Amino acid sequence: MAVIDKKTIEHVALLARLELSEEEKELFVSQLGDILTYIEKLKELDTSKVEPMAYATATTNVFREDVPTPSLKLEEVLKNAPAKFQDFFKVPKVIE
Amino acid sequence: MQHETIVGLETHAELLTETKLFCGCLNRFGASPNTLACPVCLGLPGVLPVINKKGFETALKAALALHCQINQFTTFDRKNYYYPDLPKNYQISQNYLNLGINGYLEIKYGGNKKRICIHNVHLEEEAGKLIHPESALGGGEDYSLVDFNRAGVPLLEIVTYPDMRGLEEVEAYMNTLKNVLLYTEVSDCKMQEGSLRFEASISLRPIGQEKLGNRVEIKNLNSMKAVLKALEYEMRRQKEVLESGETVSMETRLWSEPNERTERMRTKEEAHDYRYFPEPDLTPAVVEDRWLEKQRATLPELPLARRERFVAKYGLSDYDAGVLTEDKALADYFERCVTLHHSPKAVCNWVTNYVQRELNERRLEIKDFPVSPEMLVELVRLAETGDVSMPVAKEVFVEMVDTRKKAPQIVQERGLLQISDRAELESIIQEVIAENPNALADYKKGKKTALTFLVGQIMRKTKGKANPQMVNELLKKKLEAG
Amino acid sequence: MRVAELISFTGYQLQEKLLSRELTAQEVVEGLFANIEEVEPIVRAYLLLDREGAVRKAQEVDARLKKGEKLGPLAGIPVAVKDNICTNGLRTTCASRILENFIPPYDAHVIERLKEADAIIIGKTNLDEFAMGSSTENSAFKLTRNPWDPKRIPGGSSGGSAAAVAAGTAFIALGSDTGGSVRQPAALCGVTGLKPTYGRVSRYGLVAFGSSLDQIGTITRDVRDSALLLQIIAGRDSRDSTSADVPLPDYLKELEKPVKGLRLGLPREYFMEGLNDEVRKAVEEAVKVYEGLGLSVKEISLPHTPYAVAVYYIIATAEASSNLARYDGVRYGHRTPGAQNIIEMYSCTRAEGFGREVKRRIMLGTYALSSGYYEAYYLKASKVRNLIRQDFSRAFETVDFILCPTSPTPAFKLGERLANPMEMYLCDIYTIPANLAGIPGISIPCGFTKENLPIGLQLMARHFEEAGLLKVARAYERETEWHLRRPV
Repeated sequence: MAVIDKKTIEHVALLARLELSEEEKELFVSQLGDILTYIEKLKELDTSKVEPMAYATATTNVFREDVPTPSLKLEEVLKNAPAKFQDFFKVPKVIE
Repeated sequence: MQHETIVGLETHAELLTETKLFCGCLNRFGASPNTLACPVCLGLPGVLPVINKKGFETALKAALALHCQINQFTTFDRKNYYYPDLPKNYQISQNYLNLGINGYLEIKYGGNKKRICIHNVHLEEEAGKLIHPESALGGGEDYSLVDFNRAGVPLLEIVTYPDMRGLEEVEAYMNTLKNVLLYTEVSDCKMQEGSLRFEASISLRPIGQEKLGNRVEIKNLNSMKAVLKALEYEMRRQKEVLESGETVSMETRLWSEPNERTERMRTKEEAHDYRYFPEPDLTPAVVEDRWLEKQRATLPELPLARRERFVAKYGLSDYDAGVLTEDKALADYFERCVTLHHSPKAVCNWVTNYVQRELNERRLEIKDFPVSPEMLVELVRLAETGDVSMPVAKEVFVEMVDTRKKAPQIVQERGLLQISDRAELESIIQEVIAENPNALADYKKGKKTALTFLVGQIMRKTKGKANPQMVNELLKKKLEAG
Repeated sequence: MRVAELISFTGYQLQEKLLSRELTAQEVVEGLFANIEEVEPIVRAYLLLDREGAVRKAQEVDARLKKGEKLGPLAGIPVAVKDNICTNGLRTTCASRILENFIPPYDAHVIERLKEADAIIIGKTNLDEFAMGSSTENSAFKLTRNPWDPKRIPGGSSGGSAAAVAAGTAFIALGSDTGGSVRQPAALCGVTGLKPTYGRVSRYGLVAFGSSLDQIGTITRDVRDSALLLQIIAGRDSRDSTSADVPLPDYLKELEKPVKGLRLGLPREYFMEGLNDEVRKAVEEAVKVYEGLGLSVKEISLPHTPYAVAVYYIIATAEASSNLARYDGVRYGHRTPGAQNIIEMYSCTRAEGFGREVKRRIMLGTYALSSGYYEAYYLKASKVRNLIRQDFSRAFETVDFILCPTSPTPAFKLGERLANPMEMYLCDIYTIPANLAGIPGISIPCGFTKENLPIGLQLMARHFEEAGLLKVARAYERETEWHLRRPV
């Protein structure tokens, strides 16, 4: 059975870029645990010979031609930006 | 202990298309920031991708050129990671069913030929560009800037097996691969613009040992030279680590050009977990046999095959053929000349020496070269028939590059036709001998250099126009007789 | 004309009265806004009302009608739009703090279609944040109430659209349905909700929740309006790779065709424990109506139904965890100020911007895709999803339509199920399978409980069989008057 502990919650929260409060961590340990327990019922089914259904349609080969369409105007690109500098989006310094 | 160096390369090449991979914004380098962006490539809420057919076919062509097995049912996956230049915080890429697998690239270096095996070739989207401005006081500002013009440009990733055993092989692989991508018009391969990029992984193992050593990945390699320098540094570093009895830690390192060394990445490398899953917004691509064969038919002759053909068909040396085919445009230029005037060796001599020198000195590309194959061939003919001497021909050539004038025009304007008239030459020889009695005396004493001196004087007097063979012949006769 | 009379019309009736010039578009809009002023403070269905834009468009329509110009099929008809569908220049929030001030620079495909049809967009309706929920209680901005009983939830996630149509503050509306988000609130508000086949309506501009499940649907007062609206929004769109290139029938024309001899299947698994007795009884009565119309009815089995909710909560959350990664405070939306580095900026922005249910689902989906769990969860769920789809294919070999309840219970009280997410997830037990299989489903009113709460009947059909589905639903509607009842 998949038991989800606080350490796992913290790791997943980092992957998902969510800062969780201690209270939320506790809550999710319990709630995600319940949901995952419910989901365990899938194990009852033998799916070894079943193909996964990754796509909701049977369509294939949908392409567009390599033809330009207009880009947005710069004002529109930056209109919703929380922070900008000149013609750029601005973010806290990214270090490598 | 002797160690063996094992290198694998990951290459990213931006594809030559008019528009981006999933939207109609232009795929162009150098536009003003954030002017080539739309809701789709900005990852606005609600938008959806649609694959650019040309981009897909270009990737297919590359996979075929690299002798890959094609997954005729190929799908796209989301690679999830957060980075400010990645608009959706996932990259649409391929993971489970790559377009091409198990290919190879044949390289030739020194006298050796070797196949470097390709693990996979797949299509994905570019990220935008992150800029780290310098502050006025020196050092970096406390912010970074993002330009999304590049976001969504079609990108091909080519991943080798760890098949390279030394820097010579790495260099040959990079050059050959670049050449293949240029030949097939898959990418413009401009490293300075970032349209061709390499990442290397390197490990060392004691000779004779089968198990691979711990691998280090190196990023931030902005030129082929940087790749080689970084690998050389890393070989040294890892050797020292191993010889001191320690183990090399598996990590990603960045090449620092100013410090000429690799440095461990500063960010915490939380276990990368890309959480790949099938991209539900795209449908699978099915490459039917007919489509595949049609793409295969568009493949041009590849550089190595062309090199071998130049040797067999034109009787060129392998070296010259290699020089010519290194650049598709140069090889095309050569072949055009040869079709106009079947004198492959002479043309090769002109192209590999004089044309290339002018290209290098003037930092020109062959497509912008002012002397067309038609113009060059006229000059080669003039030199061959003896209408102009070789030294004059070289001068004329330089002037052609400067002025875009044709050879006959320059020769005529400047009166440069070679003097091959016997009587005229004899009279000039007479004059020169008269002016240099000492030389004549020396010659008679058996000093052979006097002959060379006199030829030089004659050429000087005629401004290089005298037919050198005739001058030699007539002068000898005169001296013997005199 | 009195406001009460005006707002009782369906879209179809309005169309007739506008074309015969019995009503002007401006009168329709003014009348509707008069009712909104009265009812909206109680029902609270809208996140944004564009009265000015609506009046302007109405005047334009009237002027063009006067000149005798040919107008689009929805000319002068007000439409309400769920606030997870992008509208150029009109704030689109998904009922989330993270998009509180987001103004799209583009229209969703369905909005373009509505505008081409000369419809009037009156406002954006409330929903569970990013369409994640079954009660509309997960909206970051307001609680929408069920017009039949303001102490109860309207269902969700398209609760705003369903409540508005039921309360007469909208005539027709658009919703989105990932696991029942159109059909369930329609059932709980006593209106008609259609989820078309996956791929029938372009998703371009619908803010993604679960991309392989999401589909835009219609919420209307009757089946005829569903046909009217579907006709406008359906069809291939080159900007959505999953939008189907399947011919579009004339839905209104097909609507009144005979239904005699068609075969209905009642899936055994949908009538087991957990089904409210009053709901069961209403659905059984509906079966009798169909038998009276000459349809054959038989029991069928969809054996993998008990696994549908589990499959759904893996696939929908996995896709959502990736779809919602873009809300990062870089290009648009909320950003927490003062972060020292980029990871902190992301994590605080998202912690502040998302509500608890959204976080819970992002966490679940991220976990299900994370290294070491992909096969046990995502891949396993994708396989069981295939089994569920196969259940339907097999069933549709012997029946033409499947009939069942839309929701196991009528509308529950506000706050009742907030503490236990699993209980809330089970609300969608009858609607989720259609999304997993990609087939169309419709919910129509089929009765009321003793407490005067509406009950919904669900019909499902083969892929791209919307015409038949609407026809069968319409046949029931002609025989009954449930759809004519209005809350007071």
